[in-house]
Amino acid sequence: MKVGVVTFPGSLDDRDAARAIRAGGSDAIALWHDDADLHGVDAVILPGGFSYGDYLRCGAISRFAPVMGSIIEKANSGMPVLGICNGFQILCESHLLPGALTQNQGLHFLCTPQTIRIENTSTPWTTDFKQGAEIVIPLKNGEGSFQCDDQTLAALESEGRVIARYVGENPNGSRNLIAGISNARGNVVGLMPHPEHAIDPLTGPTADGLPFFTSILSAMVGK
Amino acid sequence: MAKIVVEVMLKPEILDPQGKAVAAALPRLGFTFAQSVRQGKRFEIEVEGEPTPAQLAEVSRAAETLLANPVIETFVVKVEK
Repeated sequence: MKVGVVTFPGSLDDRDAARAIRAGGSDAIALWHDDADLHGVDAVILPGGFSYGDYLRCGAISRFAPVMGSIIEKANSGMPVLGICNGFQILCESHLLPGALTQNQGLHFLCTPQTIRIENTSTPWTTDFKQGAEIVIPLKNGEGSFQCDDQTLAALESEGRVIARYVGENPNGSRNLIAGISNARGNVVGLMPHPEHAIDPLTGPTADGLPFFTSILSAMVGK
Repeated sequence: MAKIVVEVMLKPEILDPQGKAVAAALPRLGFTFAQSVRQGKRFEIEVEGEPTPAQLAEVSRAAETLLANPVIETFVVKVEK
C-alpha cells in the first residue's frame, strides 16, 4: 500500500504523517505541491501546517496547486484522502468537503491534548476504531472552528458523516462539536486534531492516533 | 488607470472573533461609539483605462473563485477613481 503525503510550502506535519503511515504498515510516498504526478499512490494524506503562509484564507491558495488538480480528480473517483488540520481546510476550500474552518471562537491558537469520540467507523480511515471510541490526540490550530449552513449540518448529521466529535467543552466553537467529517461517499475525510502526533507514547500524549493509519491498510487490503 | 475594489466580509451568521476583539478593545481606549464591529478584507486591483462590464464580470468570477469563500463570505465589486 502506497500512501502519499503532500508537501506544500509551509507544511509542517508532513514528516510526522509519513512516519505515522510507516508505523501503520504502509509505504509513505512524498508528493510535491508543484508536481501533478501522484506517483501511483493508493491514498493521500494532506498534512497540517501553514501552507502558503495561510495567506488569504487557510488552504485557499493550496487548493489551486498542481497536485490538488490530480487529487481532486482521484478523490472524486473514490481514492481515499485524509486531510488533517490545514489539510482539512484545504479539502473544504477544494469543495471535496462541505463547510469551512474559521478562527477559533476564543481567538487563541490552541495546542493541547484533546479527547474526541469516533462516530463513524465505516470510512477507510476509521475502520480499525471501535464505534464510539474516545481517544486523546493533540489539537493544535488557530482556525479550527467548523462552520456550515443549517441544511449542510442537518445532512452531515443524518447521513452519519460526522466521523469525530470533541468530548467535553467545545474547544473552538465548531458547530455540533464537529472535529471531523467525511464526504458522501466516505473516502474523503477531514480531521482537525492530529492523529499523526499520537502514534507512540514516547513522542505523543498517547498512541491513540495510530488506528487512522492502520485503518487505511485494513480498508484497502480487505477490499 | 482605474481601481477595481473587492470587499469581502464574513456572512452575518458566521462568528467573527477578530471583530469582537476589536469591539471589546475600543471602549478600553475611551471610544464608546461602537455597538458591534465586523472585520473584513479589501482588495485593490489596478487596471488599464476604464474597467469594462466584461472586466468587472471577470473580477466577480475571480472573487467567487479565489478572493472570497462563498461558504462563509460575501463580496462586493466596485470601481474607484
